[in-house]
Amino acid sequence: MTLVADLSGALFWEEQSVLVVSDLHLEKGSSFATRGVLLPPYDTVATLGLLAAVIARHDPRMVIALGDSFHDRTAHHRLSTTDRDAIAALQARRDWIWISGNHDPALPSDLGGVVATEVAIGPIAFRHEPTGAPGEIAGHLHPKARVSTRGRSMERRCFACDGERAVMPAFGAYTGGLNIRDAAFAKIFRAAGFMAHVLGDNRLHSIAASRCY
Amino acid sequence: MQRSRGLHTLYISPLKALAVDIARNLETPIAEMGLPIKVETRTGDTPVSRRQRQRRYPPDILLTTPEQLALLLSSDDAPFLFSQLKRIVLDELHALVTSKRGDLLSLGLARLWRLAPQLCAIGLSATVAEPESLARFLVPQRDGMNKTADIVVAGGAAAPVVEMLDTKERLPWAGHSARHALGEVYDLIKRNKTTLVFVNTRSQAEMLFQDLWRMNDDGLAIALHHGSLDVAQRRKVEEAMTRGNLRGVVCTSSLDLGVDWGDVDLVINIGAPKGASRLIQRIGRANHRIDEASRAVLVPANRFEVLECAVAIDAIAENAQDTPPLRTGALDVLAQHVLGCACGEPFLAEELYAEVLTAAPYSSLTRTDFDDVVDFVATGGYALKTYERFARIKQDKQGRWRVTNPRVRQSYRLNVGTIVEDTMLKVRLVRSRGGASGSTGALGRGGRMLGQIEEVFIEGLVVGDTFVFGGEVVRYEALAEDQVYVSRANDKDAKVPSYMGGKFPLSTYLAERVRKLLADKRAWSALPDQVRDWLTLQRDVSRVPGVRELLVETFPRGNKHYLVCYPFEGRLAHQTLGMLLTRRMERARARPLGFVANEYALAVWGLGDMSFMIRQGKLDLDALFDPDMLGDDLEAWLAESALMKRTFRTCAIISGLIARRFTGEEKTRRQVLFSTDLIYDVLRKHQPDHVLLRAARADAATGLLDLRRLGDMLARIQGRITHRELDHVSPLAVPVMLEIGRESVYGEAGDELLAEAADELVKEATG
Repeated sequence: MTLVADLSGALFWEEQSVLVVSDLHLEKGSSFATRGVLLPPYDTVATLGLLAAVIARHDPRMVIALGDSFHDRTAHHRLSTTDRDAIAALQARRDWIWISGNHDPALPSDLGGVVATEVAIGPIAFRHEPTGAPGEIAGHLHPKARVSTRGRSMERRCFACDGERAVMPAFGAYTGGLNIRDAAFAKIFRAAGFMAHVLGDNRLHSIAASRCY
Repeated sequence: MQRSRGLHTLYISPLKALAVDIARNLETPIAEMGLPIKVETRTGDTPVSRRQRQRRYPPDILLTTPEQLALLLSSDDAPFLFSQLKRIVLDELHALVTSKRGDLLSLGLARLWRLAPQLCAIGLSATVAEPESLARFLVPQRDGMNKTADIVVAGGAAAPVVEMLDTKERLPWAGHSARHALGEVYDLIKRNKTTLVFVNTRSQAEMLFQDLWRMNDDGLAIALHHGSLDVAQRRKVEEAMTRGNLRGVVCTSSLDLGVDWGDVDLVINIGAPKGASRLIQRIGRANHRIDEASRAVLVPANRFEVLECAVAIDAIAENAQDTPPLRTGALDVLAQHVLGCACGEPFLAEELYAEVLTAAPYSSLTRTDFDDVVDFVATGGYALKTYERFARIKQDKQGRWRVTNPRVRQSYRLNVGTIVEDTMLKVRLVRSRGGASGSTGALGRGGRMLGQIEEVFIEGLVVGDTFVFGGEVVRYEALAEDQVYVSRANDKDAKVPSYMGGKFPLSTYLAERVRKLLADKRAWSALPDQVRDWLTLQRDVSRVPGVRELLVETFPRGNKHYLVCYPFEGRLAHQTLGMLLTRRMERARARPLGFVANEYALAVWGLGDMSFMIRQGKLDLDALFDPDMLGDDLEAWLAESALMKRTFRTCAIISGLIARRFTGEEKTRRQVLFSTDLIYDVLRKHQPDHVLLRAARADAATGLLDLRRLGDMLARIQGRITHRELDHVSPLAVPVMLEIGRESVYGEAGDELLAEAADELVKEATG
């Protein structure tokens, strides 16, 4: 079984030709705008652009959006026609599964693809919120790691993984992160240590979580 | 409703404490003469009930700050409060006009001139380089005519007595701690009644304070005062000071401006003075009486600083000033003001535009920029018009702009002001867990609060690192939310971070004087022997740069090749230059590896033999330093620059795009639900000419990137580059070469290493 962590923050399962992305948070900008914080309305376009690029690279048979694909319950109503068409184009010629998350628990059926709370393929279960069960790939926590090299310290998004289970980084253009030293990660990975696969500029850096801070 | 008459006089000062101090000084004579004049202050600390009463029954004289003025102007009471206003007094005006607070104040003034046409504005300043430009600030600008206020020069103050410490010790080649002169500084404190010792950064203050205590055999009462210490601790020091109980206080610029400090008879300034006017402000802390001369001793921490101190003393003797010139008004501040106006009475765009033009910093604002700002305030100013229904301000049938709902008004009130502080974390002292694991969790919480520290600083630390804080060596244990947990470390020496540079770069004025001093060999005779010998040696083995030329030296060292240049334009401009030069050298295949900058010079090193490349014409210095680097190279670099992202965040907050306070609660960056860095990336890609990005770029020109100064320098040196190909490092290059690798070299051990490195380099340079 070969699972490739893509630099974009997506995960590609080669044998099954399945591409997984988590926490797109589409329409996060307009979600804040409804509350008077007028963030630039370009996040959906930016996120879909990144998604189109990674799909073009791997041409997967199936795409799984691992929950919180939309920032709030009504976000899909605010999608522009162009963005809607862009999603439809990405869905053409492949299966598409929207896993529902806490931000988008009740997705409508007119978005194309199938809506599910979780999905299992072979030994692996895909769900939004991690439970810590073995064989689980989840999102929700937006892991990021701080590493220091040569006196400089930087913080980047990362995959958190101990070989039994993994938490994926958030893919959306406006999604921040939670440091992997937070107690939430300790709960999922328990006593045994886990690795942070940090998204660098040109390659992935795999570092033991205990060595990040 | 019964209402009294409006205000007669407004007094605005940059500091709350100053307003309170002046109020006290006014109340006494008013009471003694039995005058029917009511004086009150209004600051962020004034209770809500009193603030409300002040709006109904204003005093005759109100002493307040620029932020409070903005708040009053945005209320419905503004016409009543201000229409009778006769005078407005702006104290320490030089300190206000050089920042965005000055922009905000100028817009407030423009508003006042319309509400009260009879108003007369008076500005006060003890240190101002160009009184004429400051005088423009005080009168309405009209139709491109350059209007200025009358200038009154008060004379009679005794000239300060300033000298440079003539050290018996060996002058260091680099570094900023001035540890060599510690004994002499201690002696000065011992010989005087009360001494203020100014340093440029918090970490320097901590270090010096510790060092002084270690040698304090006489048990002199020496205290520490800087902006990050807990307020209670600072108040204690201030009270002890006023009572005359202290012999010495080590402090940072937190004491530059403001209130009288009892009987200070000596000011010691450690390190580079940076600017003549700044130095005069500091010296003014001693002997705050007009008829007596203030006494000050400058203690340079290295050889270049000797030059800087020498020219600063000359400048003070000539009473020369170098406060920066008047700013061009910032667009993010204008956005805040426009929203504030809409919170009061609805406005017509044409009328507000005309009013804004009367403010000196905005007198050349274009209508397009103004309309873009209004559009930004209304719906975010995006090319993609999707936020019409979320508009914060809207036009009514008469075309007047007004806020769409009370929430907008409330948010404006909570977020008024232009001071965006670095995110600060609370430092708490807990018991060490000993281990080196960094997980948060099991650590005992609570602990005594030591003070606050910049988040940026902590982000650079690894758990287990030690640093000096609040006069103690502490060990970094954990970070949770906005709290930093530290334990008492047993080490005598801390892994204190390297000198991060003061906030203020060397002033353009002093830099030019330093270049003149270097170029004038006859003037060297006034310098200490060690410094004169150093310069003479430089002249013999390489060259001493002329006033307008740029000296570039190339030489091999170890298995690398070095290029050192001496622009004398301050660390910030040099850092930007280093970023851009290395990009270009990369393209020229000189294979640069890194660079380091200080206030005077920039050193770049790499694998390519730069001397050979220059000789062969493969590396053209004129092309390398061509001002066109401020075009595409700059744009490409800005895309990734962390400094630019910080600048953008500040603009986003001031302009009101994002709020720093919701319903009275201050948010820390950790709690903010989105990252301004990500927003910057997306906006830059999809609407690069957005008004906020324009505001951020304008800030970068004068702020952390100092682009304007870099641009001026590049223009100045065109066709004036002198290259020297050397076999080894030159004497002038030694200080900047010693900065290399300082990032990982700390504390005492670091100093020893530095000394060793210096000996080696000096031997080479003189060899």
